[in-house]
Amino acid sequence: MDSLAIRKFGSALLLYSVAILFTLIALVPLAWAFGTSLKTYGEVFARPYAFIPLELQWDNYAAIFRAVPFARYFVNTVLVSAFACLFTLITSAMSGYAFARLKFPGRETIFMLYLALLIIPPQVILIPNFIVMRELGLLDTLTALVLTRSFWPLGVFLLRQFFFGVPRELEEAAIMDGYGYARRFLFIILPLAKPALVTLFILTLLLVWNDFLYPLVFIQSDANRTLTLGLSILQGDLDVQWNLVMAAVVLAISPLVVIYLSLQRFFIEGIALSGTKG
Amino acid sequence: MTRQARIEFFAAILFLLPNFIGFAMFLIGPAIGSFFIALSEWRLLDEPTFVGLQNFRDLLGDSRFWTTLRNTAYFVFVRVPANTVISLLLAVFLNQKIKGRNVYRGIIFLPVVISIVAVAVMWRPLVESRGLLNYTLAAVGLSPIPWITSTRYAMPTIIMIAVWKDIGYFMVIFLAGLQAIPSMYYESARIDGASAVQQFRHITLPLVSPTTFFVVVVMMIFSFQIFDLTTVLTGGGPRNATNTLVMYIYQSGFQNFRMGYGSAIAFVLFLIVFSLTVVQKQLSSRWVHY
Repeated sequence: MDSLAIRKFGSALLLYSVAILFTLIALVPLAWAFGTSLKTYGEVFARPYAFIPLELQWDNYAAIFRAVPFARYFVNTVLVSAFACLFTLITSAMSGYAFARLKFPGRETIFMLYLALLIIPPQVILIPNFIVMRELGLLDTLTALVLTRSFWPLGVFLLRQFFFGVPRELEEAAIMDGYGYARRFLFIILPLAKPALVTLFILTLLLVWNDFLYPLVFIQSDANRTLTLGLSILQGDLDVQWNLVMAAVVLAISPLVVIYLSLQRFFIEGIALSGTKG
Repeated sequence: MTRQARIEFFAAILFLLPNFIGFAMFLIGPAIGSFFIALSEWRLLDEPTFVGLQNFRDLLGDSRFWTTLRNTAYFVFVRVPANTVISLLLAVFLNQKIKGRNVYRGIIFLPVVISIVAVAVMWRPLVESRGLLNYTLAAVGLSPIPWITSTRYAMPTIIMIAVWKDIGYFMVIFLAGLQAIPSMYYESARIDGASAVQQFRHITLPLVSPTTFFVVVVMMIFSFQIFDLTTVLTGGGPRNATNTLVMYIYQSGFQNFRMGYGSAIAFVLFLIVFSLTVVQKQLSSRWVHY
């Protein structure tokens, strides 16, 4: 019996060591970034290394707003993300409803075409999209970022799947009450789709908030920069003030971290769902 | 068509229209357009001229194109196996009944929600010559490594950071796959005296193989598109050692203003992604080891 107890202890030890090791690997760079954001410039590379300095320089967080139009970057990112998410949710829900519930000629063919669009990486259509935006006179505008990020076949797919699971009886009762398509969609179907909409919101938000390539190509003026653009330019200097840059990093990532911590279940489910079905 | 069917058809068009206009303008149109741009010489300021396959012929003799393709392939073929193995093993470990496993999972997933740009910025001081990694190496008596300043170590460093960011993402997909395996298989294996390693080898690995296959293909598709990490961290250097395909699309189109040439490179990228998707669709139905 003793050898069994030892084996059990050994495997528990291994399990916990691996779990804790990888938790630390994930945490250390984040903790380091946070610690650095509270250091003075001289302390950044000072030996011996300290994760958290003795005196916390909270002023670094104010200094980054004085050094660059950081509030502007922040607002721009919020605006682009909010509108891109809104348009994605609305248009995907509408199409998803049509594909799941309405009968029309060519329904399956059109849906297969939409699915096929999933394989076009945004990088591949970067140059034509740039030319489209130039023709529309939308270069160097946030609108260009919103438009190119608002139409995403995955959303149609996710919501169509979800609407398949909504009982038809609910809609039939509404038809009895004389509800047309628009009212059925708005008042019966959409409220039920909340979990699917939250999942799609999170997947879209991750994509848009963290986007870099499209802002890099579309945006020229400082006033229209997003957070990722701002960060990449901040760290481009040779004698980078890492303490200030890390304050900027912490500010830039905190909204998504907070949303993640409060909606964790939807992140995990969303990834698992797009992962197993996609 | 009955009156009701006509109304339904009309409603469907209205419901589909907003999305369809968006797809047509920013997805389908550009996808078709990119093909024609690839067949022309277009310096953006003047009108495009049709040059047939000239851009593709130029690509064949362009050593920088081959360098970026090789670098991208290096990134893909080292990163994908490393990331897959780590994420799978971690998923297996964190699928066991241990205290606080949701906390471990939650924290390991955390880097997934951070933008790659922020990740790159965060890691740059860590991999600097005086950074935390070299400090740690020195503390255990090892010599420092020129993480991103030498052609030899730059790409492995990029791979390390890419893996760090996405361990949690693929771990979550693997966890979903693992949870679909009926627990009675493990129970009967344990009754027969199978060790943990044997259970992993003969139950987990074969039964999770559809997920593994999916993860490998999807990660390859993502990885071929690498741009943000190398752009911010190394700018493609040192001496083009981390210059990638998408970076070369960007450089051709928006630094050299050769829209046609950039689109030709984009077309190569599309062919790679397309073939991977076809392989996945073809094989995934057969890739089940029950």
